[in-house]
Amino acid sequence: MFTKILIANRGEIACRVIKTARAMGILTVAVYSDADKNAMHVQMADEAVYLGGSPSRESYLLSQKVIDAALLTGAQAIHPGYGFLSENSDFCRLCEQNNIVFIGPPIGAIEAMGSKSAAKSIMEKANVPLVPGYHGDDQSMDVIKQAADDMGYPVLLKATAGGGGKGMRQVWSEKEFKSEFEAVKREALSSFGDDRMLVEKYLTQPRHVEIQVFCDNHGNAVYLFERDCSVQRRHQKVIEEAPAFNMSPELRAKMGESAIKSAQAIGYQGAGTVEFLLDIDGSFYFMEMNTRLQVEHPVTEMITGQDLVEWQLRVAANETLPKTQQELTINGHAFEARIYAEDPDNDFLPATGHLQFLQTPIESQHVRVDTGVRQGDDVSVFYDPMIAKLIVWDESREKALQRLTKALKEYRIQGVTTNIDFLHNVASCDAFVTEQIDTGFIEKNHDQIFSENNANNQNITHQLPMAALALVLQQSNKANSHATTSTDVHSPWHTNNAWRLNQANLHPITLSHNEVEFNVNVEQHPSETNVNGNIRYTITVTSQDKDNLVYQCEGELAGNRFNCFIDGVRRSITVVFADLDVCLYTAEGVYKVTQVLADMGDASDDTSAGGLTAPMNGTMVSVLVSAGDNVEKDQALMIMEAMKMEHVIKAPSDGMVTSLFYQAGDMVDGGSELLSFEATDV
Amino acid sequence: MAKIISKLNPRSADFIENAQHMQIQVDDLKAKLEKIKLGGGERSRERHLSRGKLLPRDRVDQLLDNGSPFLELSQLAAYEVYKDDVPAAGIITGIGRVGGQECVIVANDATVKGGTYYPLTVKKHLRAQTIALENNLPCIYLVDSGGANLPNQDDVFPDKEHFGRIFFNQATMSAQNIPQIAVVMGSCTAGGAYVPAMADESIIVKEQGTIFLAGPPLVKAATGEVVTAEELGGADVHCRTSGVSDHLAQNDNHALEIARSAVGNLNRTKDVQLKIKEVNAPDYSGDELYGVIPKDPRKPFDIKEVIARIVDGSEFDEFKALYGSTLVCGFAHIYGYPVGIVANNGILFGESAEKGAHFVELCAQRKIPLVFLQNITGFMVGKQYEAGGIAKHGAKMVTAVACAKVPKFTILVGGSYGAGNYGMCGRAFDPRFLFMWPNARISVMGGEQAAGVLAQVTRDQKEKRGESWSEQDEAEFKQPIIDTYEHQGHPYYASARLWDDGIIDPADTRQVLGLAISASLNKTIEDTKFGIFRM
Repeated sequence: MFTKILIANRGEIACRVIKTARAMGILTVAVYSDADKNAMHVQMADEAVYLGGSPSRESYLLSQKVIDAALLTGAQAIHPGYGFLSENSDFCRLCEQNNIVFIGPPIGAIEAMGSKSAAKSIMEKANVPLVPGYHGDDQSMDVIKQAADDMGYPVLLKATAGGGGKGMRQVWSEKEFKSEFEAVKREALSSFGDDRMLVEKYLTQPRHVEIQVFCDNHGNAVYLFERDCSVQRRHQKVIEEAPAFNMSPELRAKMGESAIKSAQAIGYQGAGTVEFLLDIDGSFYFMEMNTRLQVEHPVTEMITGQDLVEWQLRVAANETLPKTQQELTINGHAFEARIYAEDPDNDFLPATGHLQFLQTPIESQHVRVDTGVRQGDDVSVFYDPMIAKLIVWDESREKALQRLTKALKEYRIQGVTTNIDFLHNVASCDAFVTEQIDTGFIEKNHDQIFSENNANNQNITHQLPMAALALVLQQSNKANSHATTSTDVHSPWHTNNAWRLNQANLHPITLSHNEVEFNVNVEQHPSETNVNGNIRYTITVTSQDKDNLVYQCEGELAGNRFNCFIDGVRRSITVVFADLDVCLYTAEGVYKVTQVLADMGDASDDTSAGGLTAPMNGTMVSVLVSAGDNVEKDQALMIMEAMKMEHVIKAPSDGMVTSLFYQAGDMVDGGSELLSFEATDV
Repeated sequence: MAKIISKLNPRSADFIENAQHMQIQVDDLKAKLEKIKLGGGERSRERHLSRGKLLPRDRVDQLLDNGSPFLELSQLAAYEVYKDDVPAAGIITGIGRVGGQECVIVANDATVKGGTYYPLTVKKHLRAQTIALENNLPCIYLVDSGGANLPNQDDVFPDKEHFGRIFFNQATMSAQNIPQIAVVMGSCTAGGAYVPAMADESIIVKEQGTIFLAGPPLVKAATGEVVTAEELGGADVHCRTSGVSDHLAQNDNHALEIARSAVGNLNRTKDVQLKIKEVNAPDYSGDELYGVIPKDPRKPFDIKEVIARIVDGSEFDEFKALYGSTLVCGFAHIYGYPVGIVANNGILFGESAEKGAHFVELCAQRKIPLVFLQNITGFMVGKQYEAGGIAKHGAKMVTAVACAKVPKFTILVGGSYGAGNYGMCGRAFDPRFLFMWPNARISVMGGEQAAGVLAQVTRDQKEKRGESWSEQDEAEFKQPIIDTYEHQGHPYYASARLWDDGIIDPADTRQVLGLAISASLNKTIEDTKFGIFRM
């Protein structure tokens, strides 16, 4: 076995690999970019080597630098994680030349599977069933379009080198073909440096079921059963589960054996995943083989009780597979939800920001959190915006699902927009519970998933006095800490009791929830304290359409832990203050209440209406118009790229572009004005 | 330190009866203040709000730090003084925390007679400035006033302690680096124009604030020029052209936010030179003070029962406990601050006065703030005492109290009569703050005594003329005198005329003293030089 390995990755997967390596007594070396200097994986590893600038092409994608880091630290093997260099055969070759073990399949296997079209012809020869499609070398648009026309729409256009939802688009009709073709080509070039593509028949109700396979260097191969990854949006997996529901042992064996056949067809070694489309009639088609450890591998680990990273290391160290097929069994059911920094209500636009508050569910045999970030870290524009993977396990799908929804409620993040509510809505969606799932799940259940039936839209009652009390206690805590640093430490002027001579001590607070404003008066009764020294408050909530509501309250706030009594009901919750927002993480859900500040008027003579701003941090890909151009509503003006996805900036109405503030290649901060625009008067 | 062990039983009938009686007085006070707090009439308040202006108390709240205490001063000023109703004398003053710094705030209430200055408005404004001066506190003026109240100009304009003194104070305080910040939130006419003009830094609210020496009507009368108030002295003019104001605010909230920033840039520190202890609440609740004070004002009470409910841990190291025991002197702490307490437990004798002078000297030497708890009918009278030099002993105490440069705080917890008022640091002796309890009474002597003295003189004259005077006639003669004394000695009468800084709920005494002592420590305690003590 190796004594030291280097992990050529970042984030949760780097941390995941380090964990197993450490458990096996193997030293670990991390690599990092500028942005990751203080990242969790860097701190977890025994050693860490700097690679370069924050963009991955200046750091994590630089093969030679990674090799140099391994040589420098004496690492005998490199674990590539997923993404980055994990399926890069040139990198494997470089490892080989430097006598470093690449923890992954042989070069030939990567190359065979790296090109989707080549992979398909290999599979065809090995009698693995395939979806109809064109995987030819003639890349002219006419030829590919002809193939698409022949198999009939809808079709799927994919970058040959693509994966992870990037460089892949559905084409629903012939007339869309040209523009989509060009978009995929462009994305493929920017993401993979390779603009070759293939086209396939697009099945309308398929399930995405993939088989985890493992092969060693001694001719042994096993499958570790399947994962159902049908819940996807834009071909990006959202919630994965294992085993797949509604799966007969026969079909499982058939698919498993087919997967092994696929692997053996390319002389596979190590961990691999064979992705199939499973049609409702039980027929399945080979889609592709991922020659790496998958993001969703933990669900397989949970139901098999195996550590797949350990298996990878053993195979790479020339050991035989730890288990035979007969020794592998399925125990219970597992789900994985991918927690992303993204805005589901805004077309899943990637989000960036500072993780002001981060609290994960408590880990146990039932709940596992794979993450690479901590509270205080930034989610930057440079990398995949995944924050964590939440994995749950229980004896049955029903029980596991209950754990999943509960754990999602307990996953608390403040500072960055996340998809946690969205995941919760997906997991609690009727169709999900009753296993009515195919790859079109999210579109089909859109109304229920996006029906805004989450906590923030429920009626708000005792949450208002809770928020107000939390704010007053927070002010008190601040006043106390201010007092201790002053020269007059016990001065009653430092107290936060809003004391008034011969009058009630009132803290007036205006709060808003769902854009409804409430006037909240917190009256402090300083002379009335309970045995714990907590002060009693009377909180009166006034809103426009309701009678005043009066609550008797008291509470303690220590950091984010908030114990409060509202009319005699004790609740122990987590509260997070972020700018003006007060987030209450209660058992019923998350309530966000916003403090309304006094109106300060508007100092700017705001005449520059109509500016168009960047939806997020990113890079300007191209500017399609010039200053002075007259444009029509919805005409594309600029294309930005962020998180490897393109976003088109469109004209909000008919009008004229008066000036442009960025050119192609510029880095753009989210919220910056991109161009000035004058709408045509109607 | 030694603890005071209370001898009172809060469950006794007396105690309960006392407490109920005090509760009635406190409730009456609060009910009156509830109305005063509203300011002007409903119509003028509505008109004020409809212009997008905040009410003065809301301005103060908005200016202060979140949750800051506000020690309001002279809430009953002008109460039943003028034939007009002038709540709080049309001006709100007090001390509050702005950006962690205690500041004196003076806010005109334009809903009360247009915020014009009645004589007592001037007095209240000047008193707030005096407090700022004596305690080295920055001043923030929230100006919204039509200037002097013209029908009362003779009692507002000409004298030393009249309107002009406001500007004199601004200039001289500024000279002592006591910052002067003005926020113009309404009119600032004539003399009023000097408040922002004399300020170190001034803020004016767009389309609300105006500053001019003469308003449009006067200008038209004087020169024939027709001009709007905004053109004449609006925010734009003063921020862009005249330079009379430094910051242009969009609205009241914005102006107050700018004022907060201005305070943030003062670069002031508070150098507390006292040896501060951990704070402990008294062993006995301040609420019990209600039961300590007898319903019948002629009945004595033990002042140590009061001290036990004010000082930290009810701990009190008494000085000279066995000597001159009608004056209780000793060391204690309030909110951790060391204080010397001088309190009455009966009439002042020669020994008590000498002891008091001695103790005040100790505190002045050690720079320990002094707290006077007044419940004093006066110095002892009679042949024996005059011969014993009660006048010179009293004079020693008065000299000591007058000269002591440590911060002095006076609370009238009972009677305050005659020279006792002087020896116990009455208003004339410049206590930094002076507050009254609702049961307190203040006059040159008690109503009964005054009526008795006057009746005796009358009887003597009548007897000299050989006239007779029936008991009933005498009683009828005395009653109006007693009534007048009761009326004029009442805290409402006193507070209305600013003989004090306000009437406080006895239960708040510790809080008020804590705030007042802490505020006073913004000023470094000076060395004391005493006058000649007659030996």
